[in-house]
Amino acid sequence: MSTESETRLDIGTDYASKYGFHDPEEYFARAPKGLSHEVVEMISLLKKEPEWMRELRHRSLDIFLAKPMPSWGDTELLSQIDFDEITYYVRATEKQEKSWDDLPEGVKRTFDRLGIPEAERKFLAGVSAQYESEVVYHSVKEELTKQGVIFLDMDSGLREHEEIVKKFFGTVIPPADNKFAALNSAVWSGGSFIYVPPHTEVAIPLQAYFRINAERMGQFERTLIIADEGSKVHYIEGCTAPVYSTNSLHSAVVELIARKGATIRYTTIQNWSNNIYNLVTKRAVAYEDARVEWVDGNIGSKLTMKYPAVILRGERAHGEVLSIAFAGPGQHQDAGAKMTHLAPNTTSQITSKSISKDGGRASYRGLVKIRKGATGCKTSVQCDALLIGAQARTDTYPTMEIDEDDVRVEHEARVSKLGDEQLFYLRSRGLSDAQARLMIVNGFIEPFVRELPMEYAVELNRLIELEMEGSVG
Amino acid sequence: MSDPSTPIFSCADVHVFIGEKEVVKGVDLNVPRGELHAIMGPNGSGKSTLANAVMGHPAYAFSGKVFLDGEEISGLAPDEKARKGLFLAFQYPVAVPGVTVASFLRAAVSARRNADVPVREFRKELMARMEELEMDTSFAGRYLNDGFSGGEKKRLEVLQLRMLRPRFALLDETDSGLDIDALRIVAAGINAAAADGTGMLLVTHYQRLLNYVKPDVVHVFMDGRIVRSGGPELALELEERGYDWLDPAARAGNGRGEGGR
Repeated sequence: MSTESETRLDIGTDYASKYGFHDPEEYFARAPKGLSHEVVEMISLLKKEPEWMRELRHRSLDIFLAKPMPSWGDTELLSQIDFDEITYYVRATEKQEKSWDDLPEGVKRTFDRLGIPEAERKFLAGVSAQYESEVVYHSVKEELTKQGVIFLDMDSGLREHEEIVKKFFGTVIPPADNKFAALNSAVWSGGSFIYVPPHTEVAIPLQAYFRINAERMGQFERTLIIADEGSKVHYIEGCTAPVYSTNSLHSAVVELIARKGATIRYTTIQNWSNNIYNLVTKRAVAYEDARVEWVDGNIGSKLTMKYPAVILRGERAHGEVLSIAFAGPGQHQDAGAKMTHLAPNTTSQITSKSISKDGGRASYRGLVKIRKGATGCKTSVQCDALLIGAQARTDTYPTMEIDEDDVRVEHEARVSKLGDEQLFYLRSRGLSDAQARLMIVNGFIEPFVRELPMEYAVELNRLIELEMEGSVG
Repeated sequence: MSDPSTPIFSCADVHVFIGEKEVVKGVDLNVPRGELHAIMGPNGSGKSTLANAVMGHPAYAFSGKVFLDGEEISGLAPDEKARKGLFLAFQYPVAVPGVTVASFLRAAVSARRNADVPVREFRKELMARMEELEMDTSFAGRYLNDGFSGGEKKRLEVLQLRMLRPRFALLDETDSGLDIDALRIVAAGINAAAADGTGMLLVTHYQRLLNYVKPDVVHVFMDGRIVRSGGPELALELEERGYDWLDPAARAGNGRGEGGR
């Protein structure tokens, strides 16, 4: 291992003679596809990163190359990913923009096309909007600064708060956790870095927009949120991607740390185009009396594999996952949740709702572990699947590893078909077939939508409507 | 179209099949404008099937003709029929979890009137109609028929009847499962709809609803056919004597177990 990393560290010293240019800008301007230590070196060099991060990237790449593809999930679709055809770093603009007006016209046009309403744009004044791989827009509200809350893109976080990042980066999800976590650790770019000081409550949800916008590019954002003792924060990420002709890989890593008595809610609405692989690792650690809630909506993509997790490390910690997945024709949503109960009297709740339509496939894959000694734990898992059309498919893979007797475990799974009786009832009231179907689906996901801020609820309902019309993708 | 002599509702030579089985065996019916008719018959006689098939239930194969105010509507989809002013109050209304009564009704009313009804106007009307039916305002925020009692479901059907203001309504066993207070309230709603000009066909097993709602004509339905039609006194006679005296096939036993629809 150490000798290997020795050799790796001289990579980058001879690339100039090898490839004929020094400048990483120039290197990436030529948009080389494929993954190598050179690419990793260039990314790190371009970002002017500290040595430890550079090493971490190279080490992660070795892990990625050494690890086999997952042998579970949709192995057929996974095997179709051509890592040589992916661009691992794309820079949209030269520098961070300070305000909306400073954004390049092309970027603004993209936001326009996606139909982000005026009210939401105002919100953007306090968010980081990720355009291609780089955070181009990021201004922290004064209020947050006053509270001592740090809200930066991950690259700036590393530059400005290296000591915090170094302490926590990769502690919840180490590079060796899985193949795609290793990939992300090697080539990550962008994402959010948030630190909330003790006993501080962030009143407004912190929001980030992620957009993939270049063909065949990969997007590997990295998010780290630390909520210190007794603090509270809600983070929202939303994704809308235009449709492409070639495959694109999105592989994020999100690490959350909720210290004693802290609360973190992480809300995601992802709407990927039909050709995108969305392979994401999301995990939180919850200490004593802490609470972590993942609210996770997955729409679109070719294949999504995502299982938000909470490690309940301290007594009375609580973890929750509330998710919906919508799989249309040609899509596979393999989503679920993981709860690991390590301490006594910890509680968890998983509510998974999936919709499979016309050949779409949604799978629930879940794992609840209760370790010996974690007495008095409670966990409840509920999976609801709705099938639309004859070819739709749903599978449930719930796993429970319970090593303690003094616990309460509930599991409930339900599959329903969008039924003729419901349709007939609504149509007999004058609703068209399409209206009736949409109403039934919207009702099905209502428990999820209810948890979203208004503008996201509106956006999600609009997306579902488009999906139901079959006009997306 | 609005020639007063044109029946508000009529059907001719209606046959309904469930799979291979003929359940409705040739029905002709005319309901003149401003009238209220009742169809009475034993369980399993096919009267509910008739009502559902006229509305366009997808499980039934239908042949024959149906006219609404002189216009043939037999070939239309259920939602087209509804928008033209046909209504069916369901015997077993279906739950749609996650959809509130208010949002459902607003969509239905907008479809029926072919116009977006402004929220405030809609709300005012809804509250007024709910008060008539002695429904708590919280009802509007509940999910459609989800966890409703039998009586609540029936009341909601009548609320829809009032809100949608159909030209003609088929009421399928709207009286069943109601206690005496609920029956009185539901009957008042039906009478109010009739007073507003909605023609009606009450499909019922018992005559007790007819103590509150006075039909102009009573049809007796047995084994897929109308076997006798008469005035309201016919209902009382059925109450006293049962159905068997009218049934040529009574010796074969009653028709229970064939399913009401």
